[in-house]
Amino acid sequence: MVEYYWPQREETTLIGKPVDRLDGLEKATGTAKYTYDVNLKDQLIAKALGCPHGHCRIKSIDTAAAEATPGVVHIELLREPGSEIEWEGELIAVVAADSEGAAVEGRSKIDVQYETLEVFTNDEDLEAAKEAGRTTRGGGKAETQREPGEEDDEDEFIEDEIKRLFGEAAHVIEGYYGIDAITHCCLEPHGSTVHWDNGRLIAYLSTQNVSGTDDGFARDLNLTADDVDVICEYIGGGFGSKFAADYWGIAAARISKQTGRPVKFMLDRDQELKLGGNRPSGYIKVKLGADENGVVQIWDSEHWGTGGANGGGVSHGVIPYVLSPPNYRRLATNIKVNAAQARAWRAPNHPQACAMSQTAYDDLAAQMGADSYDIFMRNLGSAQGAKPEVYAEEMKIAARLMDWKAKWHAHGKGPRDGSVVEGLGMALHTWGGTANNSSCQLKIYPDGSVQSFCGTQDLGTGTRTVCAQVVADTLGLSLDQVQVNIGRSTYPNSGASGGSTTVGGVSESHRRAAQDALMKLFDQVAGALEADAGDLEAVDGRIRIKGSPESSLSWKEACSRLGLKPLEVTASYQRGSGSPLSSSGVGGVQMAHVTVDTETGVVKMRKFVAVQDMGLIVNPKTAKSQIYGAAIMGIAYALFEQRKLDPATGAFVNAEMADYKLPRLGDTGQIIVELYEPDSERERGVIGLGEPPVISPGAAISNAVCNALGVRVPVLPLTPKRVLDALQQAGRV
Amino acid sequence: MKSFEFAAPRTEAELLRLLSPIPGHTEVLAGGTDLVGLMKKMVVTPERVVNLMEVPSMRGITIRPDGAISIGATTALDEVLEHPYLASYSALLDALRGINSMQLQAQGTLGGEICQRPQCWFFRSGQGLLADRAGLVSQGQNEMQAILDNAGPAKFVSGSRTAPAIAVLNAEVRVIGPGEADEQWLPVAALFRTPRKEGERETVLLPNQVVTHIVLPPVGNLGSATYEVRQSEGPDYPLASAAAALRLEGGRVREARVTLGMVAPRPYASQEAKRALLGKSVSEETAVAAGLAAIRDAKPLAHNGYKVQLAKVAVKRAILEAASRAASSQPAVVA
Repeated sequence: MVEYYWPQREETTLIGKPVDRLDGLEKATGTAKYTYDVNLKDQLIAKALGCPHGHCRIKSIDTAAAEATPGVVHIELLREPGSEIEWEGELIAVVAADSEGAAVEGRSKIDVQYETLEVFTNDEDLEAAKEAGRTTRGGGKAETQREPGEEDDEDEFIEDEIKRLFGEAAHVIEGYYGIDAITHCCLEPHGSTVHWDNGRLIAYLSTQNVSGTDDGFARDLNLTADDVDVICEYIGGGFGSKFAADYWGIAAARISKQTGRPVKFMLDRDQELKLGGNRPSGYIKVKLGADENGVVQIWDSEHWGTGGANGGGVSHGVIPYVLSPPNYRRLATNIKVNAAQARAWRAPNHPQACAMSQTAYDDLAAQMGADSYDIFMRNLGSAQGAKPEVYAEEMKIAARLMDWKAKWHAHGKGPRDGSVVEGLGMALHTWGGTANNSSCQLKIYPDGSVQSFCGTQDLGTGTRTVCAQVVADTLGLSLDQVQVNIGRSTYPNSGASGGSTTVGGVSESHRRAAQDALMKLFDQVAGALEADAGDLEAVDGRIRIKGSPESSLSWKEACSRLGLKPLEVTASYQRGSGSPLSSSGVGGVQMAHVTVDTETGVVKMRKFVAVQDMGLIVNPKTAKSQIYGAAIMGIAYALFEQRKLDPATGAFVNAEMADYKLPRLGDTGQIIVELYEPDSERERGVIGLGEPPVISPGAAISNAVCNALGVRVPVLPLTPKRVLDALQQAGRV
Repeated sequence: MKSFEFAAPRTEAELLRLLSPIPGHTEVLAGGTDLVGLMKKMVVTPERVVNLMEVPSMRGITIRPDGAISIGATTALDEVLEHPYLASYSALLDALRGINSMQLQAQGTLGGEICQRPQCWFFRSGQGLLADRAGLVSQGQNEMQAILDNAGPAKFVSGSRTAPAIAVLNAEVRVIGPGEADEQWLPVAALFRTPRKEGERETVLLPNQVVTHIVLPPVGNLGSATYEVRQSEGPDYPLASAAAALRLEGGRVREARVTLGMVAPRPYASQEAKRALLGKSVSEETAVAAGLAAIRDAKPLAHNGYKVQLAKVAVKRAILEAASRAASSQPAVVA
């Protein structure tokens, strides 16, 4: 039985080192083939017709003119006359043609008659939604330190207790905050190129779930998963929206089967925004009470929002966020609007919960005339997720990197430069990041070459590189002596990349496989070295006796003793099984420094600091990249991104890159990333990093804008319109 | 996109012969940064695309005997930006710099920039320019729509970022067609109109007329500036903009032009702002007053009231910068 462990910090050769990503050159030069780049001989291009109405019923579909379009080969209806459509963009029919031009022209000739129905889009107006019968209960919970007596009615007791606590509070804040629905806006839209080979489906799919989507195809096409080969070497963004084959992927497979030709079916840009995934909105009314030191004792909130046509919204389970006072009551209401259903978006629920909670804590600081940093620090006693001391240490580091104390001024009391004011804000976040299931097959060949096989995927975060670091470090080899194979469903099963579970999963499976293989290799060569297998170690490309490095074999010599067949092992990790290699629960702190032009409402990022814990860091370089990306993504939803639904028609009017605003490099300001890895956290093992750093930017930036203006701009994104509207309401324009 | 015929004339006469008098049958192609996207979305579906880029007479920057600068319509934006003849035409340079994209500046042309179609999501989703005929805009998501000259069914905002600057610099455009011998010179402001009837476009050009040149008179001691309110540092269109050109004598404004962009279906020349400036010395107060005058007739829709404030500030800031340049009579320092 091999005992799995990570080497100490000072004993590693590659683990914990800032290794360049292995596929960086391929990506930078365009030789990396993404799904969108896959073109097969004789392929058909499929384009789908989207419904132009937010809510309607299909009366009739006439495809005659489309079929007659030169180049059009096949038309498949995805919806039938009589179907009710509940959001704009839903795909009605697919046209497959010899060229993209023919497919688009054919699509334009499909004649669909609709009966339009009433639309509802206003997810911010709870009363309007109730009146329209568009609300459902989203759950709630109340906790008080004092327990009701046996005789008490629980609801009445809580009502009275809350009243009492607010009565005792030295400071009471009543606030309104919110965050609009946004989309995933993957640079590479959802889609696939598929073909059939002797009854087997080969699917080049843009997916976060290589090992899991073969099942999805198989189920809908009456196959077994073994009949499906899903391939994804590179992906142009997923963020939680690409876990399934989707009905358009299944349609591509069906059309390919019927026509006998490969089919390439990628969503158009507007379809990507309308259908490819979105994040629920959230709006909250909060009342909180704090003692004379600003330590919050009672939280009372109601929030609402939409996850789309089927309702859903931000879970009440993460309200209030991280800082969770001893007494609280929270209530959630979900609203159904005419928009496509939400999908998981990087750290589901957390960014919204953070933006709806930690803004209220900052308003408490503003009302007290206190430094926000001090108020957050004083409330760490109630911190959830990570240990309070982790947040506290990270706050100190972040404050130093931001030069917080020197820059701080009370809310709205900073210096003005003409019409421009500046401010600071901060927020805290947590995430689980438990390792996902993962299996790795490792082969050591008699010629000394090493290959690993794992059905995971690299979302662009450096998974391929991390796998190679773990295997090579464990075997005492260099990176170029190891070949990592991922991105195919025929490889050993590995979990979907969602919820920051990949780095833990693949580190587990690859470390285990490499340790297992090494022990077997030691068994084979122990005799030649006249030693026990247990006394051997693999260092610098040699197998040697611990303590007597002069007695050694080169890696190649050692492997030549394997005989004719490669040494093969497969090792697995099951999610939730205890392991010294991985763990869960991280904390992070972020701070923002902004300027606001009070005449135009334009907010500019000056500086952004992110301090992040993630247990043992396999690759600090790709980890930092991950956090830079998260900071930019956070700046995007804090200042720019917004799904705009037309109240009259339900149309998603800004579903194009020209209108769906994203920051450019010039908009991000300076971003400072600090990895927090003291021994106390490193010894917990590997923990996922994907989600956590994208959680805090909304609250941190909102707080910075509030600190600058002395006025809360309640709802994200903080566009010029929103800033000016808030200033006007405060009588400041 | 729909299949189309591609024509590449070498002369203006050849070009005019290739254009159809029927609206929508032919489209002219310059840099293609706008037209190609519209064709892919099938918002425009020409039978024939006529490429202007191989007509040599339409390209390049020359100086005329009277000192005026003639810019061929297919001259690339970055060429305009870097040309020594144009170093004093500050309002135009401000607008070109604001595009913030090397790609658009290298590929886009000045004629194309002026004649680009509106950045209006109703228009670009196929609802046409008069999307409000059925109340679609008034009742719809109208936060990017017009606040001035918006009483009719056209509520989009003019797409050109350089037209306000070119207008205050008193430029004229040369238009040819429909006949091979037809040629006219129009002040830039007269090129644009707010469409009222079906079939009207946002310029007065007939389907078989083309802008070939933009001619800027000598700048003299005119000070000019464009101020765009941009949310981002990227190539996004501004939320509101204003160009101002001022000539000062003895510290007082003797000549003034102020044109707003992104607020009306055409570049919006403000006579009110001009009147507020003439005869005055320029200070923060006069600039603020001119800004207020410029938006006096604004009629915001349900969701675009903020644009009134932005237009007012843009006018103020453009005037202050133009005045400072007029006072020094120095060209703007190119950043």
